[in-house]
Amino acid sequence: MSEVLVELAVDFSLLSLFAVGGVVTVLPELHRGVVEVHGWMSSTEFAQLFALAQASPGPNILVVTLIGWKVAGLAGAVVATAAVCAPSSILTYGVSQVWQRFRDARWRKTVEDGLVPLTVGLMLAGSYLITLAADQSATGFILTAVTAAAVLGTRMHPLWLLAAGGLVGLAGWV
Amino acid sequence: MLVEERRWLSAEEFNEALSLCQVLPGPNIVNMAVCIGTRFRGALGAFAAVMGLMCAPFAIVLVLGALFTHYGGLPTISAVFRGISAAAAGLIVAMGIKMAASPRLRSPMAVFALAAFVGVGLVRLPLGVFLLVAVPASVAAAAWRSR
Repeated sequence: MSEVLVELAVDFSLLSLFAVGGVVTVLPELHRGVVEVHGWMSSTEFAQLFALAQASPGPNILVVTLIGWKVAGLAGAVVATAAVCAPSSILTYGVSQVWQRFRDARWRKTVEDGLVPLTVGLMLAGSYLITLAADQSATGFILTAVTAAAVLGTRMHPLWLLAAGGLVGLAGWV
Repeated sequence: MLVEERRWLSAEEFNEALSLCQVLPGPNIVNMAVCIGTRFRGALGAFAAVMGLMCAPFAIVLVLGALFTHYGGLPTISAVFRGISAAAAGLIVAMGIKMAASPRLRSPMAVFALAAFVGVGLVRLPLGVFLLVAVPASVAAAAWRSR
């Protein structure tokens, strides 16, 4: 039990420092650790917990809370959430102290220009993997595609799209 | 709320904090809480802000998780969840497409986006290993381009 807590703490603290641009960029790594390395759950369960975190208010990073809870109960939820928030928060705290001094530094823009393409590639990798994990049927893939098109083409609130997805599921089509 | 209602900080300060928080790793919204908390009450303020931000969502997501574990086995619920998971994946796909369509990527630097997709998404390299090589290479390329 406590061994699992240590694994959660170590894995998710590292993830915290890699998560430039939010949880989606570390989705592939999260999936790799949770499903492939530790075998804590199936790929489908992973996709379901992620969907639950998206449907819930608050940051999507809460998926780690659910993973921690699933693996080690309430203690796991607390450890996982703290692990994913603390390292990046401490870094932000430190940087925000000295930030003013570097406001106009040219290297800042260079670092940003270098990181943006990587972030985008990781986001695409994350969306690819979560689609594979979530969809087990052709209609599942169609539903994912239609939802993505609705986000890009309309101004519908994401929660409505999730609810619509739930209805399609209820109808037994996916 | 912070800028308009309470006037804790100006719109300019807000934007500046936001741009900082987007470059740093970690959930952006948590970083934002740290920045703003720090500004007013130092480390304690940051801690209070993060706690305030996370506590309610933490409890809500656990309740949802508990309900799901309890009832998720029922055929109806699991059918609904297959639909929700597919739609949730669609939200992420849309986010990826939106990012990929950004004008900043219309340069040779896009090759690094491709490398990240192939390396981490298809080849499934561990993220740490990939970033150890890719970040220096990508930043070096950005520096070379901006000479």
